[in-house]
Amino acid sequence: MDYINQRVAYGNTLVELGKENKNVVVLDADLCGSTMGKIFEQAFPTRHFEMGIAEADMLSVSAGLAQTGKIPFVNSFAVFVVGRAYDQIRQTIAIGKLNVKIVGSSAGLSDFGDGATHQSIEDIAIMRSLPNMVVVCPADANETVEATKAIANYEGPVYMRLNRNDYENVTQGGKPFKIGQPSVLREGRDIVIFATGYMVGLALKAAEELKDNVSVKVVNVSTIKPLNDEKIIELAKDCKAVVTAEEHSIIGGLGGAVAQALCKSCKPIEFVGINDVFGCSAHNYLELLEHYNLTQNSIVNAIKKMNETY
Amino acid sequence: MNYTTELLTDLRKKAQRLRINVVKSVGVGIAGHIGGSCSAADIVAALYFYKMNYNPKNPKMKDRDRFLLSKGHVAILQYAALAETGYFPVDDLLHTKKVGFHLQGHPDVIKTPGIEAGTGSLGQGLSIGVGMALGLKMDEINAKVYVLCGDGELGEGQIWEAAMSAKVYKLDNLVAIVDQNGLQAQGTVKARFDLTPIPEKWKAFGWNVIEIDGHNMEEILWSLDKADEVKGKPTVIIANTIKGKGISFAENVVGFHNGMLTEERYAQALSELAE
Repeated sequence: MDYINQRVAYGNTLVELGKENKNVVVLDADLCGSTMGKIFEQAFPTRHFEMGIAEADMLSVSAGLAQTGKIPFVNSFAVFVVGRAYDQIRQTIAIGKLNVKIVGSSAGLSDFGDGATHQSIEDIAIMRSLPNMVVVCPADANETVEATKAIANYEGPVYMRLNRNDYENVTQGGKPFKIGQPSVLREGRDIVIFATGYMVGLALKAAEELKDNVSVKVVNVSTIKPLNDEKIIELAKDCKAVVTAEEHSIIGGLGGAVAQALCKSCKPIEFVGINDVFGCSAHNYLELLEHYNLTQNSIVNAIKKMNETY
Repeated sequence: MNYTTELLTDLRKKAQRLRINVVKSVGVGIAGHIGGSCSAADIVAALYFYKMNYNPKNPKMKDRDRFLLSKGHVAILQYAALAETGYFPVDDLLHTKKVGFHLQGHPDVIKTPGIEAGTGSLGQGLSIGVGMALGLKMDEINAKVYVLCGDGELGEGQIWEAAMSAKVYKLDNLVAIVDQNGLQAQGTVKARFDLTPIPEKWKAFGWNVIEIDGHNMEEILWSLDKADEVKGKPTVIIANTIKGKGISFAENVVGFHNGMLTEERYAQALSELAE
């Protein structure tokens, strides 16, 4: 089955997992119609828990469920599941290395209409700073299916970040997801782009646009933690400069993680991301991405700048 | 109430032993949460030495009863009980909070055998208990989850989120115990942040409410047994206690929330508790 929406891919994959393993349970805080937890609820009503509009309780409850051998998938908008329940995640789930899967829906700017209050631009930074936490950000719906299976099979806490909107797949369906393994989607010699989530597709388009002038390597970094520093260094080694692209603040997200990995090799890096500001409302997703310069053109300009400067 | 004098005397002695080991583990010149440990010692003794089903040789036994110390700052009290029941040697208590040692300032689920979940950021233990109670019910395991909270801790909003979710899911296998010693870190609960009326709040949230004297062993046992009879809703036992109970200079003294003992006071505390 092909999906063009990460949430739908996720909800349906949860059902597949639920069929295989009765310990898979799902929790929602009155947003199951959006997170697609409702697909699981319809399939397994007694294994889906409506926790009300009470995210802090929901996260600690999931910790308790994990301690009785369940594999809880906890859903809400990324901004709430990380922001409102940060302390619950930190204190019990991360410190205890509990087997809880925290899934942040409508991440980045993808909840375009709701504005700054509902747009998570800092969730990667927060979650990757927690010891024991794995941070996964699939590029598209195809990869979401495989990532959901992979994190279910991984024993320990995971944060997975999902986009709200429909968009075309850029990765191959059915390819098993390996946590901590970046994948090269396009080879190139001059500039390497490390991208995550929705920006992977834009990075591929930018590389295609520039193909006659610049040879661009595109790497999908769908696990932001553990990053696999050696692999990042190796992938950047033969390129003269680096661009990172993410639907997240340029502080502490993918760009920060890649820069940290590459700082010893002194590669010049340009960051495409949200420039330390909050989001705002828009009538559609694309106009909002454009407003914050999260576009193919921004990536093209970043590549050109790095190619010409170095 | 139908408990033998022998049982009650034995449990009272065990509670005193927990207090003695709390004092020993805190030692001289290092701050430790003596007050809130002593107020809850009788309750914890009743749970570990009378009520709960568990096996120190098999800490992950599926049908064990669970104990969560939501007021995680009195970890030393739980450590004293875990040592006494054989999860680890009693001598370990003397090394509490040493760098790299398994006994941390707050319960650590990875480092310490017998700890069910990390707690200590207040207000979260009851929610963790809700999750465990749900999981046990799903697996049709007939075990109980006991969560010990402080009365000051009830200021945390998450307590009331958990109170609601426990009611929604009819968790009659969940028992909250409020160690109502009336003091929080900066003064009396009444003066700092008046949380009254507490029983009425729990009732309004749909809980079965029992009020007891938290230092009367017979009442403690009765309330824990009574909770087993209630079906379809969770039970809260509001235990009226005295912070620092058993140590004259610490009783009802705010400073012994996280207090330090001099050589003289250390000796005095141990001698008073030994009586």
